[in-house]
Amino acid sequence: MSATADVPARTTPARRRSGSWDGLILLVLALLAWQGMHLYVGEAALASPVKTLTFLAGFLRGPVFWGHFAATLAAFGWALLIGAVGGIVIGLVLGERRFAGDVAEPILAGLYAIPKVTLYPMILLIFGLGMSAKVAFGVIHGIIPIILFTMGAVKTISPVLLRAARAMRLTRRQTALEVLVPAVLPEILTGLRIGFSLTFLGVLIGEMFASQRGLGFLIVNGINLHNVPMTTGMILVIVLFALAANGLLLWLHRRFGGPSATPEHA
Amino acid sequence: MTALVQRARMDDTLAEAVGPPPVVSLRAVTRVYPGVKPVEALAPTDLDLNPGEFFSVVGPSGCGKSTLLDVLSGLGRPTSGTVTFNGQAVDGVVPEGVGIVFQEDASFPWLTVRDNVAFGLKHSTVPADESQRRVDHALRFMGLADFAGAYPAQLSGGMRQRVCIARTLVTRPSLILLDEPFGALDQQTRLLMGDELLRLWRETGATILLITHALDEAAMLSDRVGVMSARPGRFIDMVETGWPRERDSSIVSDPRFGEITARLWSRLRAESLRAMGAQGPGGGR
Repeated sequence: MSATADVPARTTPARRRSGSWDGLILLVLALLAWQGMHLYVGEAALASPVKTLTFLAGFLRGPVFWGHFAATLAAFGWALLIGAVGGIVIGLVLGERRFAGDVAEPILAGLYAIPKVTLYPMILLIFGLGMSAKVAFGVIHGIIPIILFTMGAVKTISPVLLRAARAMRLTRRQTALEVLVPAVLPEILTGLRIGFSLTFLGVLIGEMFASQRGLGFLIVNGINLHNVPMTTGMILVIVLFALAANGLLLWLHRRFGGPSATPEHA
Repeated sequence: MTALVQRARMDDTLAEAVGPPPVVSLRAVTRVYPGVKPVEALAPTDLDLNPGEFFSVVGPSGCGKSTLLDVLSGLGRPTSGTVTFNGQAVDGVVPEGVGIVFQEDASFPWLTVRDNVAFGLKHSTVPADESQRRVDHALRFMGLADFAGAYPAQLSGGMRQRVCIARTLVTRPSLILLDEPFGALDQQTRLLMGDELLRLWRETGATILLITHALDEAAMLSDRVGVMSARPGRFIDMVETGWPRERDSSIVSDPRFGEITARLWSRLRAESLRAMGAQGPGGGR
């Protein structure tokens, strides 16, 4: 009977093998599409894969790239930390206080719909050029979906779990940490994944418009100097970084999202 | 001082005369849900549960059975009247020694079966090795030992309800409250779960209050069945089954089982019709 519990473990290796094949096929297709696009739009807009990779091989060995990469990473790290912690805390509070949540939800949804680039002049005037403006711009992009997902998760938690917590005489604090948080974790992780990519977007936009540091700046710099391999190369770096981070978050989701993150539950 | 001692002795002799004091006492308990149109869920209700008794509550849907469990357990406060558990007033907090199993699946989906069961003792003062032993015993007792590492999502509804029962059992409650725990299960599983409940009741010596809408379940499992009226709920009949303590689902073939079920139904029929009428054709909300 314990076979029930073993089933997922037994099917995983086969799935992983076919998964890596899928990945390889996808990679080849992406490279072909890139090359095709390059031939269609021409050298002036998009560098070929070979030329880009050759450029990157040299550029990544020099000192310039890593300084900019570190600047982006730092801005992104701070923005994500502030957005995630702030978003989860605000979301938990709004989810628990039903009235406040009902008031806040349409406001947040409205804010979410605003193209935040329009706010950038204001952000710049408040924070000035540089790190803090980039972080602030990342946060305002990422925090709202994290709040909304966390709030939604708390609102829809099965009431019987909270009743069970009371029946087991848990304190409010124990209930929050040991029942509420794990129950809402899968949805919070989904919110974090969306918040993550939006935060990254915010930081990069910040770098592109008003910064002398970071990958976003390198892209704009490449455009200004008409260094097409530089622009294409930086786009590639950003894409790879985003894919890797998304993969990590998906893995976290599967690992800590509990059984509800596995297909059996659905 | 001597007066107090004398008083205590008098109480002792009094207790001997009328048997042990009840585990739970409800006196003139009511519950009104406030609102634009306040809903009187529980009419003034008295109830005593005797130590080690298996007591079931049946009644038409929406009659306040679950409200009764709420105020009795401390999950909810009565609007008026008093509730005591082992002589202590119950007021909005579930007292130690009370275990509750709900109708809905209350197992924690992020924990394995073993961790779910162990959760019942997580904040107790029970030493680690003793708690380990109790968890092992509860898993074996509820037939969950082979599934200790599985997650609730991998189990059937009946198994998940067993997990919840095991989680309650590890705390060694002297009073177990079950709110239609088998309501969502199929008939065969329910009969078997009933047998397990009887086994559990005998081995733990706990007092059990079972809320159910299934008359046969109440008739087969209980020492005493309380029949509730349509809303506002109150007890309109108390049926003593007189079953021996050693019993199982095979008593359904005993002619007395039919008599008891018939009596429960005859008391309930009019009430159920009344409850249906109150909700109008097409049933409740």
